[in-house]
Amino acid sequence: MTALPADVEMIRNGSRGLYWLEPLLEVETDSGRLGFGPVTSADVPSIFTADGFDEQHQKCVGPVDELPWLANQQRFTMARCGIIEPLSLDQYRHHGGFAGLANARSMSPRQIVDCVTDSGLRGRGGAAFPTGIKWRTVLESAGDTKYVVCNADEGDSGTFADRMLMECDPFVVIEGMLIGALAVGASRGYIYCRSEYPQAIDTLNQAIALAARAGYLQDFELEVRRAAGSYICGEETAMLESLEGNRGMVRYRPPLPAVEGLFGKPTLVNNVVSLAAVPEILAQGGASYKALGCARSRGTLTLQLAGNIRRGGLIEIPFGASLRTILTDFGGGTRSGRPIKAVQAGGPLGAYIPPEQFDTALDYEAFQAIGAMLGHGGLVVFDDTADLGQMARFAMHFCAEESCGKCTPCRIGAVRAVEVIDRIHENQDARGNRILLKDLCQTMIDGSLCALGGMAPAPVLSIMEHFPEEL
Amino acid sequence: MTDHINTESEEIARSLQHLEGPLLPVLHSIQDRFGYIPSESVAVVAGVLNLSRAEVHGVISFYHDFRQQPCGRRVVSICRAEACQAVGGAALAEHARHSLGIDFEETSTDRSVSLRSVYCLGLCACGPALCIDDQLHGRVSCAAFDALMSE
Repeated sequence: MTALPADVEMIRNGSRGLYWLEPLLEVETDSGRLGFGPVTSADVPSIFTADGFDEQHQKCVGPVDELPWLANQQRFTMARCGIIEPLSLDQYRHHGGFAGLANARSMSPRQIVDCVTDSGLRGRGGAAFPTGIKWRTVLESAGDTKYVVCNADEGDSGTFADRMLMECDPFVVIEGMLIGALAVGASRGYIYCRSEYPQAIDTLNQAIALAARAGYLQDFELEVRRAAGSYICGEETAMLESLEGNRGMVRYRPPLPAVEGLFGKPTLVNNVVSLAAVPEILAQGGASYKALGCARSRGTLTLQLAGNIRRGGLIEIPFGASLRTILTDFGGGTRSGRPIKAVQAGGPLGAYIPPEQFDTALDYEAFQAIGAMLGHGGLVVFDDTADLGQMARFAMHFCAEESCGKCTPCRIGAVRAVEVIDRIHENQDARGNRILLKDLCQTMIDGSLCALGGMAPAPVLSIMEHFPEEL
Repeated sequence: MTDHINTESEEIARSLQHLEGPLLPVLHSIQDRFGYIPSESVAVVAGVLNLSRAEVHGVISFYHDFRQQPCGRRVVSICRAEACQAVGGAALAEHARHSLGIDFEETSTDRSVSLRSVYCLGLCACGPALCIDDQLHGRVSCAAFDALMSE
């Protein structure tokens, strides 16, 4: 360990999402925070001098807020990430925390729901269902007990916005759930967090204890539940089964979880980012959120730029910018320096988008129009060395591994799809097997019970369409 | 041995029995204690929670996290998902198999290490990523892997 000068106070704040510049060391100055990155422990002694710190240091990147990568963002939901100490209630309040809850407490449940509806917020977990409509359904469902469940089973590759919020600003998740509970009349809540996020679970547990001690959880019992490594438990009904202590088998719908959810009670299920957007919406009013964005995609999108990219990380901007802007202006091209071959958007069940479509606007409907899915805003970049034929196989292999097994198209279809793809790659009746594969994909799309089987064909079909030489 | 597994499993199950849907927390807690879920625990947990042994076994076998055999002293979980594949994750996985001399989902004969596949650790902008026990590591080259393993 390197000893710091005696008058330096060291604070472990959360991540700003500037992963390409991390580990990032920031020094508070009168003119804002000065950044050094990416630093190693060997750099530390030369950064700090006898009378302060070395502004001419080769790792100094200048004022962090002025870095174009951050300055060109509009942080709304993630505004506090990387700024505050995650577990400091004082700092949370000082940076606007609990203002939304205070407003909600002076409103009727109907008024809270209307505020969320007016904001135009749609579910950020991937399905983009209007949040206000879901809240109204739970409000109007009769039940002696109601639940709020935060879906923190962020299992998709290329996503980390939930993790960042839980680790870097955990109180905003709690505040969002408290507002949700006020709106729908819920008395208990669960955060179902994947076991692959041990630090998020630890931070949330500490945050809940602090919030309880400060009196915020008097009418609401809140508990973190550790998931157990099953991808399908990110599907909301499988998640509810898992919370009840069962195998994570997808439920038939109807009934909707909003009507009969956890233990058969009306349950508000929202993703972490959706819930974390709510406090600021309640603080500023729905209209200010709705003023951002384009068409039917309102507010901000928390993009997660990942994979083979030079400057990856968390980018929060209003909907409407082009995919190319993100990849080029923010991302700076691939990490390997080679041309981009494709981008997979929306997780393992999302389409591979070719460069010809990079001018598509970041908007739910615009992505749908090109047969892709914006989903939760996860973008995984591949350079021209990627074997997309293998990625298509991987998509189906993953579906077969993670299928809950309840419906036949998903359980059997994914296994058969891997076999058919293998035959195509071995050049066994490639033409006939391509027709078979498309037919099988259509059966999975039409006949599967949930999005796993219904959307696992998307990456495969997009590769067949845009990269026919690979599959 | 069996006696103390029975006693401790029962204590754990009883201490968490008051939770709504207690089975997953109970199983996690037993695995945290023993490193796996001993077969003896199944009947004990079923008895305390008023479930059938088949129901408990069904839950254990559904979730990737629950192990029915002891694992190695160190558990190395390597991300095999898309974002890590885009930056050499497959090469790292191959390297790990060769250098540890075991395949994925296996434990070395001396029980020093277990190798697991994991699908996403949320470090997708800093791949390839892996997790050793509960410690996360990003941008892991093959050389960095060797250094981590020799620690």
